[in-house]
Amino acid sequence: MSEAVIHDDHHDHKPSGIGRWLFSTNHKDIGTMYLVFALIMFFVGGAMSMVIRAELFQPGIQYVDPQFYNSMVTVHALVMIFGALMPAGVGLANWMVPLMIGAPDMALPRMNNMSFWILPFAFTLLLSTFFMQGGAPAGGWTMYPPLVLQLGDGFPYLVFAVHFLGISSIMGAINIIATVFNMRAPGMTFMRLPLFVWAWIITAFLLIAAMPVLAGGVTMLLTDKYFGTAFFDAAGGGDPVMFQHIFWFFGHPEVYILVLPSFGVISQIIPTFSRKPLFGYTSMVYATASIAFLSFFVWAHHMFTVGMPLTGELFFMYATMSIAVPTGVKIFNWMATMWRGSMTFETPMLFAIGVLFMFSIGGFSGLMMGITPVDFQYHDTYFIVAHFHYVIVPGIIFGIIGGIYFWLPKWTGNMYDEKLGKLHFWISTISVNVLFFPMHFIGLAGMPRRIPDYSVQFADWNSIISIGGFVFGASQLILVWVVIKCVRGGEKATDQVWEGAHGLEWTLPSPPPFHTFTTPPKVTDATAHS
Amino acid sequence: MFFNKLKQIIFGITAFSLLIISEAALADYMNVLNLTEGVTPTSKMVYGLHMQILYIVTAIGVVVFSVMCWSIYHHRKSKGAVAEQFHHSTTAEITWTIIPIIILVVMAIPATKALVFMEQTGDAEMTIKVTGYQWKWKYDYLDDDISFFSSMSKDSNDARQLGSGIDPKTIENYLLDVDNRVVLPINTKIRILTTAADVIHDWWVPALGWKRDAIPGFINDNWTYIEEPGVYRGKCAELCGRDHAFMPIVVEAVPKAEYAVWVEEQKTMQLAAAEGAEREWTKDELLEKGKDVYAANCTACHMAEGQGVEGLFPALSGSAIVNNTDASEMIMLILNGKNMMPAFKDILNDADIAAAMTHERNSWGNTVKDVIQPSDVKAMR
Repeated sequence: MSEAVIHDDHHDHKPSGIGRWLFSTNHKDIGTMYLVFALIMFFVGGAMSMVIRAELFQPGIQYVDPQFYNSMVTVHALVMIFGALMPAGVGLANWMVPLMIGAPDMALPRMNNMSFWILPFAFTLLLSTFFMQGGAPAGGWTMYPPLVLQLGDGFPYLVFAVHFLGISSIMGAINIIATVFNMRAPGMTFMRLPLFVWAWIITAFLLIAAMPVLAGGVTMLLTDKYFGTAFFDAAGGGDPVMFQHIFWFFGHPEVYILVLPSFGVISQIIPTFSRKPLFGYTSMVYATASIAFLSFFVWAHHMFTVGMPLTGELFFMYATMSIAVPTGVKIFNWMATMWRGSMTFETPMLFAIGVLFMFSIGGFSGLMMGITPVDFQYHDTYFIVAHFHYVIVPGIIFGIIGGIYFWLPKWTGNMYDEKLGKLHFWISTISVNVLFFPMHFIGLAGMPRRIPDYSVQFADWNSIISIGGFVFGASQLILVWVVIKCVRGGEKATDQVWEGAHGLEWTLPSPPPFHTFTTPPKVTDATAHS
Repeated sequence: MFFNKLKQIIFGITAFSLLIISEAALADYMNVLNLTEGVTPTSKMVYGLHMQILYIVTAIGVVVFSVMCWSIYHHRKSKGAVAEQFHHSTTAEITWTIIPIIILVVMAIPATKALVFMEQTGDAEMTIKVTGYQWKWKYDYLDDDISFFSSMSKDSNDARQLGSGIDPKTIENYLLDVDNRVVLPINTKIRILTTAADVIHDWWVPALGWKRDAIPGFINDNWTYIEEPGVYRGKCAELCGRDHAFMPIVVEAVPKAEYAVWVEEQKTMQLAAAEGAEREWTKDELLEKGKDVYAANCTACHMAEGQGVEGLFPALSGSAIVNNTDASEMIMLILNGKNMMPAFKDILNDADIAAAMTHERNSWGNTVKDVIQPSDVKAMR
């Protein structure tokens, strides 16, 4: 038997042609497909944000009808969240989790194939609504009734797209849990797991808990529109605010579904380039778990202005503020990891440090908005737009991009172009701040969100914001260029790739053979991640 | 060489930004930076709390970022730093758990006080009800039986059309002016109820210090106490469809005596309008009034020339319903609404509907060219 295993590893034979991808059950190929899909969707959603920023460049309506503008706002969010961020996180997990825990593949390889191939169909449904009577969804990605029920023929397509995306995510989550629980190499105990794997286990449980709630909510919308129910219609004894409670019970954990994988990535990058073990591994695990747990008790801070009883407002304010504690612990642990290390600043490290600084800015504005009486002013203004884009773009996306630079040499066997990587980082960092920082100002000064036109006192800042947006959008093409260049060739990467890298994935050749760890490695304290 | 290029790029961006800033006078930017202090006890309290928290998080930011920068500078491999291998310190971990908790408690105390204060809606001296419609506001003064709609002013509405060719900078209070202002007395505790007729809206005047959703089928309870006379402008803050950006709010706060005069004027005007619905109108009268009613209520969807929006809102020009000699279907449609078309029975009176219909049936190549009387509409209610 062991002969056959070695035989497999040596010859590294891959299925050929399109069938290799269509019928793939290989975690590496599926991981690649997830990442490529996410990158494509990143540019689709990005193109929509360019339409938004072009329209907002000057006051007055220059390019698109307000209804189409609302569709841009809505579909930009849906595409970015469900098409770019989540698949990118799953793609990284597919590639890295089996390599990090010493497993030959994911536990459920056929389901892995299915959970990926659902995505293109789901997005075909969603994006086809642009060509339907009544246009694409235009009521915001939060799909609040009664507004969302005014959507024309595209409405059921929106609901079914969300159902499919939910099914795909849940299958992906089950797969990751099954893999980590059952397929760890001997000696790879839970408290020896790399932090990226821990972040993904917790994310997977969040997905399983939260996605069905969203699916239930949108199903109720569907029956309200077509089958005469009145879950969200006061005239029939329902309550439109109930949808908001259901949505945000999904929506707040969703925030952590997006951010935790990125936290996992930078927890790998920072120790590597500081040449020092991760500080406070145990407290990192517990902090991540408590953030996830608390995320189920803070949903109503997204909807303070619906008019809740005083006690409700106080509860959600205190619960929201308490999340700052475990989040602070994580930030301080990363700082302590860097402290007295021996740091070098290759592109992945630059992006990870970018996350530390700019995610913190998003965290500060988040804390401000957790204070209910002040949130009554901040709510639904550009201040919240600034807040969540700081969390998502230089927080989550920078983390994912850092991960791509970090593991690209391992995946392709070639080093990427370091100069281009650094250029990508610096242009992105400068432009992302030009893009999002002034949004704090215009939001505080009173500019509501989701509007295609604004009163003239906001004109100057909006021009600057749009310029930042165009530069940021264009600079992401550098990433594509770097990836293509790296896939096609370059300086050969060593097995370890980075001087300070530790862990099973760095013991494999670069690129790893098609099938890895067909014989499980033996993990000891010395060979485990820090 | 690479860093030279980078420097050039950074220099270019900085120079370009400075160019924009100097051209538009720095003051324009500085006026749009922070929350308004407002004119009510609530808004001042909220502003104080906002600044307090802003200072706290800024201070935390300065400390945390300084430590990070110091570490990044000194603990570099290129400076010969050798990595230590410590990975745990119970003291440090307890410290950075306890200190944030203390800071949070310090923030929570004034926040709780402010919230308790804001939720005291009792003892109001008067009550108004605000109802959100797609896309205008209705105000009911419950104590004085005054009721009116408030829509965005015509000059803003003309300028904001796609490709209007009108520079918004030439319009006074662009997107922030209305036909009918909400007049309120100063130094009076006013209860403001918010609700909506179609979808969720949000009534927000920053100078009052809060915003609150207007939800169909439910009534939200709020209050304000304006301390200074003046005109305070706000907007709908909850996405409510195509023209969400175009339903401004204008509050005019006046001394109590002036307010009493305004109330009497309004009562007289409403009486006159009610009488108008009873009499027979001439075609010219109807056409003149109809043009205004159409502009205020119908153009948002059916557009200025009745051409509608392809795939979204049907055209009225050449429409089979509009050109039907039997007007009853058209009257019912306007009264009761259909799909995205709101029901106008509570929004417009009989004379308004008759005038708008007469205007529509005589314009844009429509062939009926008849006259609809208020009594025709009344008969269908």
